[in-house]
Amino acid sequence: MLAARVIPCLDVHGGRVVKGTNFVNLRDAGDPVQVASRYEAEGADELVFLDITASHEERDIILDVVRRTADCVFMPLTVGGGVRTIEDVRDLLNAGCDKVSINSAACKDPEFIRRAADRFGSQCIVVNIDPKRVQKDGQEFWEVHIHGGRTPTGRQAVQWAREVEALGAGEIVLTSMDADGTCDGFDLPITAAVSQAVSIPVVASGGAGNPQHLADAILKGHASAALAASIFHFGQYSIAETKRVMRQAGIPVRL
Amino acid sequence: MITIVDYQMGNLRSVQKAIEHVGGEAKISSDPHEIATASQLVLPGVGAFGDAMAEINRRDLAQPIRDFVDTGRPFLGICLGLQLLFEQGFEHGTHRGLGILPGEVVRFDLPESFKVPHMGWNTVHKTAPSAILDQIADDTHFYFVHSYYVRPADPSLTSLTCNYGHDFCAMVTRDQLFATQFHPEKSQANGLNLLRAFNNLASATESQSHSS
Repeated sequence: MLAARVIPCLDVHGGRVVKGTNFVNLRDAGDPVQVASRYEAEGADELVFLDITASHEERDIILDVVRRTADCVFMPLTVGGGVRTIEDVRDLLNAGCDKVSINSAACKDPEFIRRAADRFGSQCIVVNIDPKRVQKDGQEFWEVHIHGGRTPTGRQAVQWAREVEALGAGEIVLTSMDADGTCDGFDLPITAAVSQAVSIPVVASGGAGNPQHLADAILKGHASAALAASIFHFGQYSIAETKRVMRQAGIPVRL
Repeated sequence: MITIVDYQMGNLRSVQKAIEHVGGEAKISSDPHEIATASQLVLPGVGAFGDAMAEINRRDLAQPIRDFVDTGRPFLGICLGLQLLFEQGFEHGTHRGLGILPGEVVRFDLPESFKVPHMGWNTVHKTAPSAILDQIADDTHFYFVHSYYVRPADPSLTSLTCNYGHDFCAMVTRDQLFATQFHPEKSQANGLNLLRAFNNLASATESQSHSS
């Protein structure tokens, strides 16, 4: 039976794993290769590196991190952050990553998704969607934001999810800007709405504070996978104990 | 020495590193002569069936791959490298494959509750013996990512099945030819065990030929 995936996300800045709130108060959480190896030993199903530097001058740092990780960690690796061109995608795949996630560049130029999927295959093109609940004409509107939630795009999350699927994306990582960093749980209504609107896998992201939250993302949010960062980085919960909670909730996991 | 076929479709480095991790040596090559005369061959690949065949044909690699398989030396196909062995695929139109094995490659046609691509860790079930599966327990997880699957015309080719909506062929074996729909190089300990067993076939073959 296909297992629900548990995916630790590593924010990488200057070649180190960091964790902070809204890009401030960054705390050092270790060497990416060491952290990745620890997660592999704990039974992580995939790893996501988010390059939060994402300035083109520092591009080589993330490529080096990916290369060194891919040399000793044998599970799927996804890299996101600052992916703007076909060359960026190619460089990351050549460095050893399996999937590349695109966010701002996809919002600005949706055809970029199609070009990347045509060139490298849908299976390696992930689109990040970051919705935020806003009021529009007196009604709640799930507006997609870019630049870490600072810039509204006018796009509606469910509609945009359908569009990126049609353009050839192979997976969606959905990060609710309202839930992100709260540790109060994933935004289940948005996750469920997006998961049920598309036929490609959706990864729930943003808000995980305990293992039950990940179980809820699968059971109530209908996500295929759940991504979390801080609950794993500082040893609050291990991946194995998270999966045991999920299994107890009746979710197929790989233990 | 294991030769990995380079036809610009997918992540060869991961396959090479995984083979090295289990004590093997691997080189990446797109040279037709090197491929035809390799001692062991790996055909990896991700992407679309038609594009992949076009790249293989552009490099004149189809016949060298067939020639290699004809020698009976150990061969391992991975993901698209499994699918390409068959006669035809239907990804974005109808395309001829390498035609080494009888059968075709078709898209998952499943109820809405099943996401396509089939992506993630799924369990496999042994249906026939295979020389590289000795260390693999039944019902272990491997990492899959694909929207198409193979339908061998000869059911005895299937050595592992996987279930996603229905049973499908997750691995074929014919003598020393092996090919998996999942990615052993991305399947942690299980995948490395499979690659180690494949690598060990070489030493077995080589020591046999030395002693004879």
